[in-house]
Amino acid sequence: MTLDTVKRAGETPEERQPFVELGMKDDEYQRVRDILGRRPTSSELAIYSVMWSEHCSYKSSKVHLRQFSAKAPKSEALLVGMGENAGVVDIGDGWAATFKIESHNHPSYVEPHQGAATGVGGIVRDIMSMGARPVAVMDSLRFGGADQPDTRRVLPGVVEGISHYGNCLGLPNIGGEVAFDPCYIGNPLVNALCVGLLRKDQIKLATAPGPGNKVVLFGARTGADGIGGASVLASATFEDESQAKRPAVQVGDPFMEKLLIECCLELYQADVVVGIQDLGAAGVSCATTELAAKGTGGMHVDLNLVPLRDPTLRPEEILMSESQERMMAVVTPGDIPAFMAICDKWDVPATVIGEVTDTGRLVMTWDGEVIVDIPPGTAADDGPIYDRPIAEPAGQSALNADGPERLPRPDDLLETLLTLLGSPNVGSKEWVTSQYDRYVRGNTVLAQPADAGMLRVSEVMPGAQETSRGIALATDGNGRYARLDPYTGAQLALSEAYRNVAVTGARPLAVTNCLNFGSPEDPEVMWQFSEAVRGLADACRTLGVPVTGGNVSFYNQTGSAAINPTPVVGVLGVIDDVARRVRSGFVAPGLRVVLLGETRDELGGSEWAHVVHGHLGGLPPRADLRAEQELAAVLAAAAGEGLLEGSHDLSDGGLAVALAESCLAQGVGCSVTLPCDDAFVDLFSESAARALVCVRPEAFEALAELCARHDVPCYGLGTTGGTTLSVEGVFEVPVERLREAHTGALPAVFG
Amino acid sequence: MSAARVGVVTFPGTLDDQDAARAVRLAGAEAVPLWHAEHDLRGVDAVFLPGGFSYGDYLRCGAISRFAPLMDELIPAARAGLPVLGTCNGFQILCEAHLLPGALTRNEGLHYVCRDQRIRVENARTAWTADFAEGQEIVLPIKHGEGRYVADAATVAELEGEGRVVFRYAGGNPNGSLNDIAGIANEAGNVVGLMPHPEHAVEDLTGAPGVDGRGFFTSILKRLVNA
Repeated sequence: MTLDTVKRAGETPEERQPFVELGMKDDEYQRVRDILGRRPTSSELAIYSVMWSEHCSYKSSKVHLRQFSAKAPKSEALLVGMGENAGVVDIGDGWAATFKIESHNHPSYVEPHQGAATGVGGIVRDIMSMGARPVAVMDSLRFGGADQPDTRRVLPGVVEGISHYGNCLGLPNIGGEVAFDPCYIGNPLVNALCVGLLRKDQIKLATAPGPGNKVVLFGARTGADGIGGASVLASATFEDESQAKRPAVQVGDPFMEKLLIECCLELYQADVVVGIQDLGAAGVSCATTELAAKGTGGMHVDLNLVPLRDPTLRPEEILMSESQERMMAVVTPGDIPAFMAICDKWDVPATVIGEVTDTGRLVMTWDGEVIVDIPPGTAADDGPIYDRPIAEPAGQSALNADGPERLPRPDDLLETLLTLLGSPNVGSKEWVTSQYDRYVRGNTVLAQPADAGMLRVSEVMPGAQETSRGIALATDGNGRYARLDPYTGAQLALSEAYRNVAVTGARPLAVTNCLNFGSPEDPEVMWQFSEAVRGLADACRTLGVPVTGGNVSFYNQTGSAAINPTPVVGVLGVIDDVARRVRSGFVAPGLRVVLLGETRDELGGSEWAHVVHGHLGGLPPRADLRAEQELAAVLAAAAGEGLLEGSHDLSDGGLAVALAESCLAQGVGCSVTLPCDDAFVDLFSESAARALVCVRPEAFEALAELCARHDVPCYGLGTTGGTTLSVEGVFEVPVERLREAHTGALPAVFG
Repeated sequence: MSAARVGVVTFPGTLDDQDAARAVRLAGAEAVPLWHAEHDLRGVDAVFLPGGFSYGDYLRCGAISRFAPLMDELIPAARAGLPVLGTCNGFQILCEAHLLPGALTRNEGLHYVCRDQRIRVENARTAWTADFAEGQEIVLPIKHGEGRYVADAATVAELEGEGRVVFRYAGGNPNGSLNDIAGIANEAGNVVGLMPHPEHAVEDLTGAPGVDGRGFFTSILKRLVNA
């Protein structure tokens, strides 16, 4: 096989190159030729094709995502914003938290176990590369209908992949979501979130400064896995050829990742790292171009030095390989011995493969010949940008006109509650979450089924300053709401995650997002995307929580059928005294049950319409951001003053489901009277900005005053206690009967 | 008076070592980190082998760890009476090292299981269980994929006959263990292995509801102080 060198490329300008097969358009290929002043070598083509793929370059989303910065609220907490591997926020006492959510949707459809496992592995390395110790993971999962045959293939594999990788890695899985809708049958959504903690003064960045500094590749050896994964898998719609693409999915080794974590933390502690970057999509191509572009500007790499698992790999394949559990660091020559000794201690292979230069060029050699010679920024930052056409979907106004008003409302409200509780979306997710270790590392304060996960910050790094603080995290999304109105749907996803953090007593601080959509080449999908981004950016500004990073996943469609637009939003909050955390649900008998927030007749896109009538139409609930903010302020203040014994947010299935879940939390019943005269609306409306809390009777007055000051409606509904859920004049049901309905849903399908 | 010193072993892939050290400290003892690659027990009074996936559970859970240099020191010391507690992967390593009989195999349901589990204390005469009462039920987290205890009939009969079944699952067997066995001891009662995690039930704020795990640490401390 002829080695395609830079010299040869200059001599053979007319040679036909497989840019179309690599997912590049004619004009993109021409642009590479213009940048280089010649045709690219095959290795250079490999680099540009992966770096300019939708997945790596955000070429269709960039023009919209800019709003996250342009509209960003002022936040003193923000230490590192978008554009790095993950955002970093100040959580006080010298501590910082870094967090990010990322999709691994397509690989998880092709190969559920490995696709989901490597999704966890990839996001964990993003967090590590910021200088942090990863401390927890969460997963936001969406599958086709629970009763559809392929869901029985995809879901168990995905859960097993997350379970195996995360458990073996030693990170507690503290929350997330599992939802079902037939629209995801060919495109499951597997969004993985990781959070890490670090000292504020120890942030690491992906940069390669200082000519003469060494470039070290460490971790697993490079193999043939995932070659072309970034451009082939993540950027193309699949039809019926997923079997043929199986080898393109990466295979993970969580044991190596665990060693990498401990190794990296020891490297940081020893202060022998100048810059660091994980190897994710596009592997060595991405790491070298991004590090070089953000540093002094040049780098020389000898690709022959890359340690290989498969010695037959060609340079183009080495550049595109997505082998997992690899990192790249920039290290001063003097620190190399110390760096290598630490890697050796953890049995992590490490190899110097090049050095930083001040030439402004990324140069790579193979067998002594130059095969890459490019300005790194042209691949990393100057990819094509598309302002794609936008068109409101043809059926959108008809969809919005077809509201839930026409649906017959039930007489037997208990029957409706039991139906909802027993449905896959509302039912217990224990079948999934009991496969995840939620306790490891010993800092888990709250985990699923609590509204948000919460971690103690102290004792994360031995010897570091003690603090009473904790962090809380939640992810939410609702594709049905977003289908009805993507602008509002995105705001509701943020509102719910924000509220879920608030009900634990924490103050929401910052946002990460994973935007799951169909093809950007479809103007109707692009309309949904642009509306969702606009809604989310506006809501972040109003709520004062900046977007710190995230990920866009396009092409979630099979044939012409796209998924419901599904923006998934993660919110991170901080609680000053973690011992003041508010537990989930009714924690003891004899407490006052209080509903906070206003209930309106809002059933468009609701769980009731979906489960009982299979109906999707009308408009979603109003996103009342001011009310959301005031509610969160009440909850934080009340928790801080020790007024709250338990809490639960109101969302899918409304007050009825919230009451039932609150009873189920500790097996404590309650007896309540509804505030308005329409029991159905009271129980099943999904109005946002509402929460259920329980307080000691003597604390009720103080809570009511606090609510009055914040203009948050506050209704005493009744008291906790007994073994039934009793709604005055409507129904009374044993908590055990609720439990049967709630726990039976998933085991009935998945065994 | 110097505090009792309890060693906490870290193998590559050990995960619960920080938690084990915290539980030891909360009980008032000194937690001494022990590294798999060293031939050195650092003069500790007792050893805790925590859970995790040492060596990625490759080959077989605990099968590679038993050959670690540290184990060359630990095995004879345990035979000579050094108190040793192995939880989860630590239990698997103790079985692989033949300090305890039998083996832990894939859960009956084939799924990893993480839940708060009721356990009955069957033997309160070991070094690690003296602070419990026989017949007492406690709640500890379990979190494992390979916790199904198996042994040949003669071994199980011997364990039962000699009262060496230390813990039994109550309220439902989570993994298909023979005779609902959750933990066992060696003949002398100084080596105890169990699948549940006492180190995750020592604080009100974190881990399992309740603090039933504390009994393990108070038991060993009393023994060391009175020795």
